[in-house]
Amino acid sequence: MSLQQFMNEAISPWMKQEGPDSDIVMSSRIRLARNFSQYPFPIIASEETLEKVLEFFKDGFKETSFRDYKNFELIQMKDLQPVEKRVLVEKHLISPHLAEKSEKSATLISQNEQVSIMINEEDHVRIQLYFPGFQLDQALEQATQLDDWLEEKIDYAFDEKRGYLTACPTNVGTGMRASVMMHLPALSMTQQINRMTPAINQLGLVVRGIYGEGSEAVGNIFQISNQITLGKSEEDIVEDLHSVVKQLIDQERRARAALMNRSSLQLEDRIFRSYGVLTNSRIIESKEAAKCLSDLRLGIDLGLIDDIPRTILNELMVLTQPGFLQQYAKDTLSPEERDVRRASLIRERLQLENEE
Amino acid sequence: MECQECHQRTATVHLTQVVNGKKTEIHVCDQCAKEKGYMNYGEENFTLNDLLSGLFHSESPSPLGGQTAHSYKRKETLKCPNCGLTYDEFAHIGKFGCAECYNTFDERLNPILRRVHSGNTLHDGKIPKREGGNLHLKKEIEQYKTNLRQLIEQEEFEEAAKVRDRVRSLESKLHQGEGGEE
Repeated sequence: MSLQQFMNEAISPWMKQEGPDSDIVMSSRIRLARNFSQYPFPIIASEETLEKVLEFFKDGFKETSFRDYKNFELIQMKDLQPVEKRVLVEKHLISPHLAEKSEKSATLISQNEQVSIMINEEDHVRIQLYFPGFQLDQALEQATQLDDWLEEKIDYAFDEKRGYLTACPTNVGTGMRASVMMHLPALSMTQQINRMTPAINQLGLVVRGIYGEGSEAVGNIFQISNQITLGKSEEDIVEDLHSVVKQLIDQERRARAALMNRSSLQLEDRIFRSYGVLTNSRIIESKEAAKCLSDLRLGIDLGLIDDIPRTILNELMVLTQPGFLQQYAKDTLSPEERDVRRASLIRERLQLENEE
Repeated sequence: MECQECHQRTATVHLTQVVNGKKTEIHVCDQCAKEKGYMNYGEENFTLNDLLSGLFHSESPSPLGGQTAHSYKRKETLKCPNCGLTYDEFAHIGKFGCAECYNTFDERLNPILRRVHSGNTLHDGKIPKREGGNLHLKKEIEQYKTNLRQLIEQEEFEEAAKVRDRVRSLESKLHQGEGGEE
């Protein structure tokens, strides 16, 4: 398969679109945790119960459509190879937890891959919806509709006092986790993000680096999400998150402008060196690749590089992960082999741009 | 703060060593802490669950408290009639077994929820349509009442009167609804 073809299939259709503020916000996500009132939660439910939940979705929702979300495909974890599950995790379509508990767990994925409804995860149902760029309100509105659509057929576990009941007390109430994925190279370069984090935490929101271990943000990509799910309405939670993200966008733009003002030559040097590494390296670790991709993307956003599309960061951050590399290679690869494959995939991808 | 070993990652482990009365401060990142032996390997897998179950345990009555015997006994026997999960098991795994567990462990939940959700213990969000109209009505009335108080504070009495009438009509609707069910 050619790289072009592989990419077309590998990148979710919604990821190819550009949303509002997509120079900084990569995606917006809403996740709702729900349970059937009549069954014990998956953590202690019997195989028979889990089977009933699964059957319910097979009968009621397989190949159905809801608005823009067409032809829901039911994918059972037990039917997938480990590398296929890994690819779904890397695309953020399923959680690592779902991939692990394979026997009775499944996911319903809409054709455009914007919606994934995980079945028998920690809770019976986890509805997850992505939008490109900064579109939290739209995501909430659509997620609510999807939730209503499921609710027509499911008797949800709900309590007047505690709200939607979930397996983990950290999700009870709205069962909602709203999150935004942001590329913040200037705020991390200038260490400002570390100073802002405590203030953001005080608002009941969490900032964490993704694609990295612990607090380290590989590729300068951060996820901001709500910690609190109880005692606030969905709209208020989203509004709080929205206003913090808005400020982060402003701060990032300001920091970028300041960097360009004060040290444009150094910045340009850094960006073009990274560009050089990406176009020439023969062996590249994921961390280095992420750093260089972040620089390249910044260069595109600042107008220093204009012959490469912006979506390259989103695209290559996904494609250069271990699962995808192995799927593309159609083989199991050692970490060293992956570093070689990663370098060649990135070179090939950038080559594609030059051909066009 | 930068890790003093690798000078790359942020220092997350902070130690004070006293050797022969001489005090040294150490600031290193997780990885270097492990490599240099400042941290035991077992300590790394401290998950959210551990943290949560820690919270739950600390909620159990102090063994030195007045009602020790009574409370202790109750803790032992608290068990969900629907799924069979005991409070101890809940505290250990940090997860509920079923919807009924929320009722079973209700009186112990408030302190836990307060800690996890910044002081909140009551739901204030979406209500399933299935729950019937009453809950929606009650919520709507609450919202109008809040609005009413604000209007009165701002001395906008004309507007307040309208809202008050709205509350009354909703309340009568609510009572009718409840009366009808009986």
